[in-house]
Amino acid sequence: MFYATLEGLRRFRIPHKFELVSIITLYARWIREGRLRVDPSWNTEGLRFTVQDPCKLVRQGLGDEVAEDLRFVVRAVAGEANFVEPWPNRSNNYCCGGGGGALQAGFVENRRRYGRLKFEQLAATGADVVITPCHNCHSQILDLCAHYGGSWQTTHLWNWIVRALVREAAA
Amino acid sequence: MADAPKPLDLDRLRTRLKERILGALPDGRLDYCLTCGLCVSGCPASGLEGMDPRRLLRLLVFGQDDDVLATDWIYACTMCQRCKYACPMGIDVGRIVYELRGMRPRDRRPRNLQRSCDLQKASNSTGIPDEDFVWVVGDVLEEVRRNEPEWADLQAPIDKHGAEYFLNQNAKEPTVEPEEMVHLWKILHAAGVDWTYASRWWDGANYCLFPGDPADWELTVRRQAEMVDSLGVRYYINTE
Ligand code: SF4
Ligand code: SF4
Repeated sequence: MFYATLEGLRRFRIPHKFELVSIITLYARWIREGRLRVDPSWNTEGLRFTVQDPCKLVRQGLGDEVAEDLRFVVRAVAGEANFVEPWPNRSNNYCCGGGGGALQAGFVENRRRYGRLKFEQLAATGADVVITPCHNCHSQILDLCAHYGGSWQTTHLWNWIVRALVREAAA
Repeated sequence: MADAPKPLDLDRLRTRLKERILGALPDGRLDYCLTCGLCVSGCPASGLEGMDPRRLLRLLVFGQDDDVLATDWIYACTMCQRCKYACPMGIDVGRIVYELRGMRPRDRRPRNLQRSCDLQKASNSTGIPDEDFVWVVGDVLEEVRRNEPEWADLQAPIDKHGAEYFLNQNAKEPTVEPEEMVHLWKILHAAGVDWTYASRWWDGANYCLFPGDPADWELTVRRQAEMVDSLGVRYYINTE
């Protein structure tokens, strides 16, 4: 998890020679540079996408900049017009309710009551697809959708990037 | 001295817990709380276990240490720090909750939560052997190469010294949904990225942040950092 590594390196002053980067930042950079080519024309039915801004990556990690990168990638992959913004969002987003080890801790009723707000927020977007770039968010939102009767698909981002991928013709 | 009046027992007003938290968190600023309630209105854990962030702070400030130590609300709060984001005084209840979690004796912490961290301290959060990770990656790669001719040249290197990027892998995928890893490999391949996994300390999930023991958290991050540096890579990619 991005924050655990970022903050761990900082708080414990762990020496290191590498630079810690988020895959979301890289997707966006590579698409902007033309190094990763994606084409949204697969989305013929106009599937509408929204995003979960993970606390650990956005509010506690790289801030709104990475939230913007996330949106940029989703738009590039799903089509400009097919992105729906949740509210609240970016650094002010609600936690999914699975964070902080809640998915492991076993207080299931509390976790789902917490997540009710997340369910309502996502349902209000009317999106067909909820992109969850964090594993914790992914498991929690999958569970909330099933538990409260949502109708969206909960997926990682990489599935759709591959769907939209344009590869050079083989030489 | 025998006749001297018994002093009032002010134990519950001595705020030992508050002092302890401020010792660990010099900029904890508990006393600055305006009781404005902005944290409460923005916190989805408000009301669970009869508690909310402002109430927790009041109990701490008034030295109601037993109540604070007893509440399971510390596991309803997800340490998401939205309270800190909203609070006009910058008070970080999530960080205070982290300290409180660490004060629970190990055997009184949620079992699976502590277990995920303990497993990660040995290798990875699901506890699969490192050899199994290496094997699963190789097996899944073989299958893709065989079944999808357009990806016959797909790579998933492990311990490739001097690669430009190190990629961590949440242990959930090799353990329960290995086919999910393939998407990432395809993206990196299409972008022409020189990357590698590691055969040790490859899981970036890092659950040791949650039970509240800094020593455990430090251990897992330190091991990862040493391993990534030993590969001589320039970037550590975190996928979540
Ligand atoms: S938002 Fe800050 S100042 Fe207001 S009640 Fe919460 S902790 Fe206190
Ligand atoms: S860190 Fe805890 S108290 Fe603060 S907003 Fe998140 S869940 Fe609520």
